[in-house]
Amino acid sequence: MTQALIRKEKLAELVTFLASRQKVVGPVPLSNGQFKFAEVSSLAEMALDYIPTILPPKKYFMPQHETLLKYDVAKGQQMEAVVEVEELTLFGVHTCDLAGIQCLNVVFSDRPKDLHYMIRKNHITLIGLECSDYCDSYANCGMLRNHLPKGGYDLFFSELEDCYMVDISTHKGESLVEESGLFEPVVFEVEKQLQTLRKAKKKIFKSEVPIRYQDIPRLFDETFDSDVWKRLGEKCLSCGNCTNVCPTCYCFDILDEPELDLSKGRRIRVWDSCQHENFAKIAGNESFREERFDRKRHRFNRKFRYPMLRYKRIFCTGCGRCSRTCMAKIDLKETINALMEERG
Amino acid sequence: METIAITHSGYEIKRGRIAEITELTEQEKLYRIVLPNDETLDHDPGQFVEVSLFGVGEAPISICSSPTRRDSFELCVRKAGRFTEALHQLKAGDEVGIRGPFGVGFPVVPLEGNDVLLIAGGLGIAPLRSLINFIIDNRRDFGKVDILLGARDSESMLFGGELAYWDKRIDLNFCCSVDQAAPDWQGNVGLLTGLIPGVTLDPLKTIAVACGPPVMYRYVVDELLKKGIPETHIYLSLERHMKCGLGKCGHCQIHDVYCCQDGPVFNYRWVKKIKGAI
Repeated sequence: MTQALIRKEKLAELVTFLASRQKVVGPVPLSNGQFKFAEVSSLAEMALDYIPTILPPKKYFMPQHETLLKYDVAKGQQMEAVVEVEELTLFGVHTCDLAGIQCLNVVFSDRPKDLHYMIRKNHITLIGLECSDYCDSYANCGMLRNHLPKGGYDLFFSELEDCYMVDISTHKGESLVEESGLFEPVVFEVEKQLQTLRKAKKKIFKSEVPIRYQDIPRLFDETFDSDVWKRLGEKCLSCGNCTNVCPTCYCFDILDEPELDLSKGRRIRVWDSCQHENFAKIAGNESFREERFDRKRHRFNRKFRYPMLRYKRIFCTGCGRCSRTCMAKIDLKETINALMEERG
Repeated sequence: METIAITHSGYEIKRGRIAEITELTEQEKLYRIVLPNDETLDHDPGQFVEVSLFGVGEAPISICSSPTRRDSFELCVRKAGRFTEALHQLKAGDEVGIRGPFGVGFPVVPLEGNDVLLIAGGLGIAPLRSLINFIIDNRRDFGKVDILLGARDSESMLFGGELAYWDKRIDLNFCCSVDQAAPDWQGNVGLLTGLIPGVTLDPLKTIAVACGPPVMYRYVVDELLKKGIPETHIYLSLERHMKCGLGKCGHCQIHDVYCCQDGPVFNYRWVKKIKGAI
């Protein structure tokens, strides 16, 4: 682990350098005040003071459509397993989204491993970017301690007065720093500025809901039969927006896409949502989570309780996307507050 | 975007050849399947495979033959939807894709040396048949064996010939019941749960395994507990949509467990604690 710094006036040059090597993806502003991760070739196309993009960078690790197998049934059930990869640099990823990618890594590297994911992720270079303040009032990163970097990047940029402090976390990151020739050694003054930034953040980022991190799973265990879920169920539209925009929702469906000759085709993986009515249906049409409240409760528990048992971490990053995007205005912080209030 | 060919993907299928198809009822067919190079599936009783037909899709089907019969394996398929209808169109000699076996099957090790009470409702006889024939093939390793079977009516009863054989064997106590009896039916009439009180058993030496529709379990468990069988001696096979089989896709998730990897067979001690599991 080592650090370097880059002057702000050299950042544009760095992006141009990165784009000359491979595809670069960064936060791009849309006309309506929203942002998306999209391909860029220069710094000017990006907005580094962005709030969470509509879709998280999950879409590069686990694409909405992904070919798993190519098949041909002309002579029996013939197939070849494939993985679709692209050399990619993700630039300007916030700490909440880095945490989301770490959650996905845990799921897909758990046995039985998902080779399709594991191979693809190693073709992606991750360059993180520190937030100095809340992006908006939906965020709850403080509660989950995701306002600070917790690894999961090759390089990590913290904006200071006239430069960025860069944490170099991997050999891949170190090579970029060396090859670009744009970085300088860290000086004491800059180190002090970073300490000041972190100190200021300590005052800004507080747990948005009055609960300690380690007490969150128990809250969900103790409120499983709460009326809060019934009320959410009445509001929820089962649209699946919350799962699509969630950086740690990884549920999927597997479908066959035949070509026009019906002999060849692809078996593909597509995003799915546990909020949809038919998600837990079995043959004969029995559904094990028939009611909306049941599905909503399942999703919350899958963020705050179940993964703690299985993966020893909470699967909410605090990005606030689910609350920001919900058409029925179901708010994550309000929900946790209501659960706490009801439990007493 | 570059496409790289890989091996050892969890989604690769083996090409299974249908060696034989037996029509069991109008709705159910039995498929005997052989893997390439006569490879053994090497499953545990109660595990399942993902069966695939490219262009149609994939579905989890429980294995209904015993692993002691190693040259091939059998799947009992009820016509219940688009995929199983396509399976029903196939002929002997056709191929299906096979992934697996997956999951944790019936508790063969705890069963050994103990008395065994096996309870199957409806199509639940298909997975349980893998265990019954496994026990038959290793008969002296188990104590007293009771098999209770319930079906809607005598027409929907599966594996008729085999049932008669189980009934005849002196080392198995076989008992079945139908919900609706035809005029010529000479056996028990009524719910499967009605058979449990009549079984003579030593509750602390007996392990009960049930497999059937979800609605059946609560009643069956109640009867078993009434007999004094401890909760930890009761195992249930749960039905969920096990889409990927690899503990990832989320369809079969019950709280924090994936039915496809951690189940489908669970101890009742766990099931009891999980709301919505049965």
